[in-house]
Amino acid sequence: MNTSQIPILIPAAFLFASMLIPFAGYISRRLAHVTALLSTGLITYFSVAGLWAVLAEGRISYHLAGWMPPFGIELIMDPLSAFMCTLITGISFIVLIYSGKMVEHETPHKAIAFYTLTMLLLAGLCGMVLTADLFNLYVFLEIAAIAGYALVAIGDKRAPVAAFRYLTLGTLGAAFYLLGVAFIFISTGSLNMGDVSRVLPLLEDSRPVVMGLTLIVLGIGLKMALFPMHAWMPDAYAYASSAATALIAPIGTKVAAYVLFRVMFYVVDPDFLRNDLHLLQIVGYLGAIGVLWGSILAICQKELKLMLAYSSVAQVGYIAVGIGLASPLGFIGAILHALNHACMKACLFFISGSLRMKIGHSTIADMNDSLRKAMPWTSAAFVVAAISMIGLPPTAGFFGKWYLALGAIEQSNWIFLGVLLVSTLLNAVYFFKVLERMYLKPQVAVAPLPSHKPAQDTHDSHNAHDSHEDHDAHSAHDSHEAPHPAAVVARNEPPASILLPTLGLSFSLLVLGLANAWIVTHLIVPMIPDWL
Amino acid sequence: MNDHLPVIIEFIRGYYAYLFLILLFMTGLYAMTMKRNLMKKIMGMSFIQSATIMFWIVAAYKDGATVTVYDRALGLENPDLYLNPLPHTLMLTAIVVAVVTLGLSFALIVSIYRQYQTLDEPLLLERMQ
Repeated sequence: MNTSQIPILIPAAFLFASMLIPFAGYISRRLAHVTALLSTGLITYFSVAGLWAVLAEGRISYHLAGWMPPFGIELIMDPLSAFMCTLITGISFIVLIYSGKMVEHETPHKAIAFYTLTMLLLAGLCGMVLTADLFNLYVFLEIAAIAGYALVAIGDKRAPVAAFRYLTLGTLGAAFYLLGVAFIFISTGSLNMGDVSRVLPLLEDSRPVVMGLTLIVLGIGLKMALFPMHAWMPDAYAYASSAATALIAPIGTKVAAYVLFRVMFYVVDPDFLRNDLHLLQIVGYLGAIGVLWGSILAICQKELKLMLAYSSVAQVGYIAVGIGLASPLGFIGAILHALNHACMKACLFFISGSLRMKIGHSTIADMNDSLRKAMPWTSAAFVVAAISMIGLPPTAGFFGKWYLALGAIEQSNWIFLGVLLVSTLLNAVYFFKVLERMYLKPQVAVAPLPSHKPAQDTHDSHNAHDSHEDHDAHSAHDSHEAPHPAAVVARNEPPASILLPTLGLSFSLLVLGLANAWIVTHLIVPMIPDWL
Repeated sequence: MNDHLPVIIEFIRGYYAYLFLILLFMTGLYAMTMKRNLMKKIMGMSFIQSATIMFWIVAAYKDGATVTVYDRALGLENPDLYLNPLPHTLMLTAIVVAVVTLGLSFALIVSIYRQYQTLDEPLLLERMQ
């Protein structure tokens, strides 16, 4: 195919699909799902083709409407943006396979809105990744953010409140970013990233530039849920529907992190940020605090989905630590961790969704080994993902942390190294808490056991989150509810379209772990910026 | 003090628009963080967006300049006679974005009020339990 058109094809195809889906949904909900799935699959193919073309022939630059770059808007596919684009589209393709049954189960009357918003979100995220224009980035950021607010609001009763908090803080972040771009534009007279990066070294002492860069980092930090600005994230992830969380959590914050990468390593000279502004150190240390704080709060959570949401705060911290190191090793670690974390978190949120679908809740205290008997494959996938989150070899999670640790040792930054080690222990605490209950805690004879709930019960049209209370009523009149210690637990795996993506992602964690050397040398090393 | 007064007046005369925008931005930030009513939070958010948009417009303003259309009477020698049209066009997009976020936030507020019959944040958090 003609690779020169790929940068524009990706966001444009998503926007087109978002307009197509309401019409498809007019015919049937299933057709809307198939349309979303097929368009994402097609765009995943575009991204992979773009990635190969970029690796073989160098970056692709697309000039919108034929205007030359400093004046017109430029879309760029270089190794970094092509990689992020492939990650976004690939993960969302898997999420869309998963979300078919899940949306039918949780929010069937909002299915068409869900798929339309998904396409808009992906158009915005891919656009943010591909654009080389600072203001265009703001526009795509707002497209993605607005679709994201609406997606979060499709959820249980508390979702609108979480979405409201997300909206106010997200808008504040975008306003900071726009104000920062204003300062950069006033001083450089350009919005094109390449142009700005050529002019900025001459202006680095000027106060507007310092102010602008600080505001941009502040705004993107809010979007990325960097430590003191993470308040919106756990609630938004926990109360959104399972499919929406599985879609937003793995890729949403990564794209904000990508913007930080783009601005701090490609637009501005990192040495200036490190020595004069200390912005890199600030981001790194905030990330390190976020790693510890997010992990500690995750340990305190009693609900699996909330625990995973807090652990996302910690995982974003790792990426920020990689940015703070600002060395090739830190860069590799951060990008590798972004890739691994997207797969791990999608897999874990898949599992929390499956649990809510099948047993009606995901409260950690109520879990016991009937879970492993009823859902052996889902539990096995959880084990792999949890081990990867903790960071044990040979799973993927280990290698991201390994490169970060190497980067910390290289710069003799013992604080970062200590944070990485302590956080691994903290991760182990909160994941083993779940694993222990899932595999070792025997069923208690007296308590009504949720896992006996037959499959057809869960196809109720109402929300799975709301069924928390009425599920006791269900199990009370359940026929095989006989409190028997040696009760044989019936197999209760989720349907294949949910189970297979979960298993596929958990398997991919092993593959990514084993193939990490290939990924680093072939994909990540070409994208290391010249300034590092 | 008397020696500094002319300097201060000169500063205010030169930068009064920016000073006003800083005030507007800070008022919005205060409303968003401190006010308990969700409606007031949205008003604060709108203040912040307006301040950001007007910051671009004020920065692009030039005294005595005209629109960017070639005028025979003015000629091409002095670029100070023409405005840079880019910030204004960009801010049209930003205004659209601001309107959309405002509309979405009102939709969320309606949905919150229907569920909990209140927009007062502490009361809302209480009823969410």
